[in-house]
Amino acid sequence: MSDHASTDYPANWGGGVSPLKVSYGKMFMWFFLISDALTFSAFLSAYGFMRHKFAGYWPEPSKVFHHFPFVTKELPLAYVGLMTFILIMSSVTMVLAVEAGHRKDKKSVMIWMLLTIVGGFAFVGSQAWEWFHFITGTEQGAWKDVIVDGKLVHKIVHGANLTFNEYGNSLFGAFFFFITGFHGFHVFSGVLINITIFIMVARGVMEKRGHYEMVEKVGLYWHFVDLVWVFVFTFFYLL
Amino acid sequence: MSMDIHATHDHNDAHAGHHDHEHHHEESFVSKYVFSMDHKTISRQFLVTAVIMAVIGMMMSVIFRLQLAWPHEGFALTNFLLGDKWAPKGVLDPNMYMALVTLHGTIMVFMVLTGGLSGTFSNLLIPYQVGARDMASGFLNMLSYWFFFASSLVMLLSCFLETGPASGGWTVYPPLSAVAEFMPGSGLGMTFWLVSMSLFIVSSLLGGLNYIITVINFRTKGMSMTRLPLTVWAFFITAILGVLSFPVLFSAALLLIFDRSFGTSFYLSDIIVNGAPLEQTGGSPILYQHLFWFLGHPEVYIILLPALGLASEIISVNSRKPIFGYRAMIGSMLAIGFLSFIVWGHHMFITGMNPFLGSVFVFTTLLIAIPSAVKAFNYITTLWKGNIQFTPAMLFAVGLVSTFISGGVTGIILADSALDIPVHDTYFVVAHFHIVMGLSAILGMLGGVYHWFPKLFLRKMNKTMGYIHFWITFVCAYGVFFPMHFLGLAGVPRRYYTNSEMPMFDNLMDINVLITCFAILAALGQLLFLFNFFYSIFRGEKSEQNPYNSNTLEWTTPMAHTHGNWPGALPVVHRWPYDYSKPGEEADFIPQTVPLRPGEVDGGGHH
Repeated sequence: MSDHASTDYPANWGGGVSPLKVSYGKMFMWFFLISDALTFSAFLSAYGFMRHKFAGYWPEPSKVFHHFPFVTKELPLAYVGLMTFILIMSSVTMVLAVEAGHRKDKKSVMIWMLLTIVGGFAFVGSQAWEWFHFITGTEQGAWKDVIVDGKLVHKIVHGANLTFNEYGNSLFGAFFFFITGFHGFHVFSGVLINITIFIMVARGVMEKRGHYEMVEKVGLYWHFVDLVWVFVFTFFYLL
Repeated sequence: MSMDIHATHDHNDAHAGHHDHEHHHEESFVSKYVFSMDHKTISRQFLVTAVIMAVIGMMMSVIFRLQLAWPHEGFALTNFLLGDKWAPKGVLDPNMYMALVTLHGTIMVFMVLTGGLSGTFSNLLIPYQVGARDMASGFLNMLSYWFFFASSLVMLLSCFLETGPASGGWTVYPPLSAVAEFMPGSGLGMTFWLVSMSLFIVSSLLGGLNYIITVINFRTKGMSMTRLPLTVWAFFITAILGVLSFPVLFSAALLLIFDRSFGTSFYLSDIIVNGAPLEQTGGSPILYQHLFWFLGHPEVYIILLPALGLASEIISVNSRKPIFGYRAMIGSMLAIGFLSFIVWGHHMFITGMNPFLGSVFVFTTLLIAIPSAVKAFNYITTLWKGNIQFTPAMLFAVGLVSTFISGGVTGIILADSALDIPVHDTYFVVAHFHIVMGLSAILGMLGGVYHWFPKLFLRKMNKTMGYIHFWITFVCAYGVFFPMHFLGLAGVPRRYYTNSEMPMFDNLMDINVLITCFAILAALGQLLFLFNFFYSIFRGEKSEQNPYNSNTLEWTTPMAHTHGNWPGALPVVHRWPYDYSKPGEEADFIPQTVPLRPGEVDGGGHH
């Protein structure tokens, strides 16, 4: 049905100059990503605004994120390093899928798309684990002033959620869950789109069309999501 | 998402072979008028929705103006429209007053002057004036309308909630909008507002992407960027502003949703509710203002630029002269677009902003006066010694120039932090932005409706009714907003249910009565427009193909709504769109499709 939108018109449809030498579909994706980038910029600016406001008692990331699954030793930022590596590798496999698409090599496209999907799932799964560590917190917890039912209470809290945070300012936790959650939602949608494209490739839709531009378009989205992660990672873990 | 990608796949691909059968494809009523993908139908859908929303928004203003002129008095009209709950004995409930002010602002700013104005004229004129068969993606274009429709519907539905619609002002500042206990409207009504705005942002994004890409990729042969009519330039820059600024509003709204529903405290700090401290603390309401106004200021130009673009075209055509300073017009629109992103702080001078930062915002804000003045002078110099045709559209366009100047002058006052602080949140601000943004944009939009009615509905609107409509609208508009300057300078705060508790304002009551009388007259005047509009759709005089002897491409299409716009090949463009009264030429207009004579210089040069 989508073909009705703009493609099926008489041969004299004509017109059309493409000064940037980019098909309009790809350009849609580019401008969408610019817009999406502004959404993330707003979130990260808000994070920066608050961090600047509470510069004195903002949690130290290496003291928050030092868990590694199945390892008891403290390994600061090692796990998130692995997650980042997985996501960047999935970008590499995406590049290879796009490249295979240029060669119209259906089998290679499928292999690399599949690996990208696996990478995406691995990242989302790792993020769930990272959240789990942050939510559970440490065994000893920390003394905090919390308002419960309109009364100020001094009590031990463990881990973090949207309202309190064992490791320091509660806004750190709220922003962490909000921004990585929003990013994780993007990755997850990306995985779903990748699966859709994978099925389309497998059923020979691209072959019939004679080009694999759809793979390029989801590739753009996938790289964008990776790039955003680099910024999220920098803001939350490195600065 | 996968749907989007479906719909946007390359149009230049190998489909050309089997197209012919599609041409005779019968369209059902639903696919032709309801879920249409044709830019002309979508344009009309936007226009009619916006007209309905404008009537509702205007009625709201009449109701709260009655309260402001005759506080605590009962009115049968108020009671009839709002019922016994919100207007017992016809006396407007204070919470409903706040709700009406909020919805009036939201509906006018977003539904009428953003969705309605851009949605109608970008959809109608971009494909026509760049010489394209349709928008880049008809499917996304259709979605854009239906998201807009859903957004408008949710906003209206919020009026029927038990606790009433959102009431914290159109800017919905937290903490007022974030804590349900603060006012009835901050409950479910605010949730509806946020849902409606999220839908609106999706609509705006889909529309904006389409406009940008159609202008870049779908221009016909010969239509270089510097041969585009200024209307298209205006829509193009507007769409870019929207794509860059609306996502930030989306971010602000999403953080607000989390504060309201999920216990975060991004915007909340040190709040006492019913004598007890609120659990959420540590955030900053100023953060919301930064995010909101980063959208909010470009939004002003998202509203204004399309109207200025329409006025450029109308004034040039009806002065029978090329627009003065075509490239300066483009440059100043680009400059305004760029500057609009670095001035948001001027809405926040009283938030405790560092005075040095404040003076930076003063400087950037005052800079906008330069390109704005360039545009104003260019309109006047286009009119200068022109062979002016005073059609109703022309009157509205000249009216726009008037309000753009008179509202812009007070903008220079408000840009200065030292002058802004005393009049902040007074009627002076209300007067300023209604004149410069509200009136200019609505006058431009009405002018556009009169001018392009033949392209929208193939018929003409009645001229006499148009003239009467203009003079009522124009005189009453100034009658409403000009006296507000005096109220503001006297210190009357905006958004108050009544100022009768403060004797210091008693001697200003007459002004409020005067304003309300003008507002009622203005509203009655619009009935004439509504009659003219709907009557002319069905019974208006049929229009010839090029009723104003215009140069632009939309008038080269036949007077019928054919899918694909041009029955044969696409027109080829040979010249800029403003060859009116060119020296040494027989006719006083040369359409863009006429080739240049040997030795003729394009772009208004004549040597």
